Parts: sequence; C-alpha cells; structure tokens
Amino acid sequence: MAEVSRIDAISGRTVDPLERALVDGWQRDLPLSERPYAEIAGRLGVSEDDVLAALGRLHARGVLSRVGAVVAPNQAGASTLAAMAVPADRLDHVAALVSGYDEVNHNYEREHALNLWFVVAAADAARLRQVLDEIEARTGLPVIDLPLVEAYHIDLGFPVQWR
Amino acid sequence: MALTATERAVIAALDGGLPLVPRPYAAIGAKAGLSEAEVREVLGRLIETGVIRRLGLVVRHHELGYRANAMVVWDVPDGEVAAVGRLLASYPCVTLCYRRPRRPPVWPYNLFCMVHGQDRAEVTSLVRDIAQDLDLADLPHELLFSRRRFKQTGARYGRAAVKGAA
Repeated sequence: MAEVSRIDAISGRTVDPLERALVDGWQRDLPLSERPYAEIAGRLGVSEDDVLAALGRLHARGVLSRVGAVVAPNQAGASTLAAMAVPADRLDHVAALVSGYDEVNHNYEREHALNLWFVVAAADAARLRQVLDEIEARTGLPVIDLPLVEAYHIDLGFPVQWR
Repeated sequence: MALTATERAVIAALDGGLPLVPRPYAAIGAKAGLSEAEVREVLGRLIETGVIRRLGLVVRHHELGYRANAMVVWDVPDGEVAAVGRLLASYPCVTLCYRRPRRPPVWPYNLFCMVHGQDRAEVTSLVRDIAQDLDLADLPHELLFSRRRFKQTGARYGRAAVKGAA
C-alpha cells in the first residue's frame, strides 16, 4: 500500500491505492458493526489506523465530503430545488444571502437566465416555504420552486474512472 | 412515511457525518442520546426501508478531477417521462435523475439529470451520445453548466430532530 499512483485528473493530486480502494469500494454498505473501519481494514488487508488515516487525508484534501448517510429526498423533512434569475451585479450578494441559510446545502451559479440554483432541505414543508418566502422578500426576486415529483436514480455512489 | 423521534435524532446526529474514530456509532449515540447498539439498529432499519439510500463515503466530484458538471434538463411528454428517466439514470455519468414540475413560461422542462465529466467538452459529448442512444436529440433540452459553487454540504436535518422530539 506504500506505492503511490497518480491519477491524471486535472487536479494533479495523488491518490494512493488504499485511498482509491476506499473510494471505489465503500461509498455504500458501510459495515454496521461496532468497529466499521476495522472491518473495512480487515477486508483490505490493512490496519484500522491505516483506514482512518487514509480517510482523514481524503477529507483534508476535500475529496471526501464525509463518511455518512445519503438520505432519500423528502423522507426526513421537506426539500426542493430552487432557481432564481439574479442580475449579474447582485449575484455575489444574493448567493451569499442564500448560502447563509442552514437549510441550503447546495448553491451553484449556472449558465442560464436562471443563474442561481440551490437545494433547500428543511424540517417540514412549513419551514421550507418560509425559507423560500424570506429569500424572495429579502432579495425582491422571484424564487422558482421545483420540488421532486419522482426519482429515477438509485444512488449507489459514483464510479470514478481513474485515469 | 413518518419517522420516529429516535430515527430523526439519529439522522440529525449524522449531519456532519460519522467521526473518524474506531467506534463512530458510539459517538453518534452520545450526540443523539442513544446507545451504540440502538444507533446501529436504527441505521440498519433506515437503510432497509430506503430512508437512507446509502451509508458510506460521500465524495466531491470536482476534487476527484471531474471539473465540469451540467444539469441537463429535458421537456419530455408526460406519458414518457418515467421511462426516459429510468433510461437516463442507467448511465454511469448520470448521478441524479429527477422529474420536477414545469413552470411555464419561465421553465418548460420536467426531467432533470446531473452529468459529470473531466471538462466541458467531455460533458457535452456524453450528453450528445446519450441523446442519440435514446433517440432524445429532438426533444427540447438544455445543458446548464455550473460556473461557481457557492456551497456544498450534506443536508442538515438538525431542526427536524428537535421538532420530532418535541
């Protein structure tokens, strides 16, 4: 596991074989045993400390957002995708205002007349509505509410094509 | 499906992810006021019932070298949207695929998917190939490339837990 291979990702970052095995093999089915990282380590033939250190490195580099749960939309609360058409000279300000809500978990500028896209996940439908209404009131701009109707993708994690 | 107060507490305690310590479920239990065994049991149930889609590493595409992503949106006749959605979702480069409402006149599209690639050219060609494969090229569609990422975290349901326990 000491040998370092390079992914020719534009990032030019290095990913060692253990980090790669973790990303490839453990985006789902994390063991529910008392010591899940030790169980993974056993399957990969390394120590629990090796696994914890590799995860720590991935996290420090921003590759790993977290080891955690992906919750199905609208199961643990209410969520939606929202879009706004923000004048270019106000975009930084409005984006910061939107990101300021704990309920907003993704917020992107996209190339379109509707140029600000964000996901809001709230405790319930009432709080969700309140966040959208507040954003409209504070910015004076309409918020287009695009809640999920049906999901077609079964999230098994992302198959990375290491180059 | 209504979640129990215990289930909400576990999901809320998982907001920041599992800590990188030998016994992460014990740490989550300490946050949620539950035993390690209860946390493991609740998580198993939430996974089994589909509330939790997956438990494991959540990675950031951009930091893995997938520098470009487009939200690709389509206007699909209502009767075909489910079939088209399932087909689109079967491509590895498609990471999300949802039906959402149209909002005419500002928003005519009802099917949304995310496509990731190394760069803009790769994403564009992936979408062109998919559209040809599935005979969708004639349907109105657009690629909304991301320009800037202002925020990307896991969903925070902390308030849900407070409510659920109240």
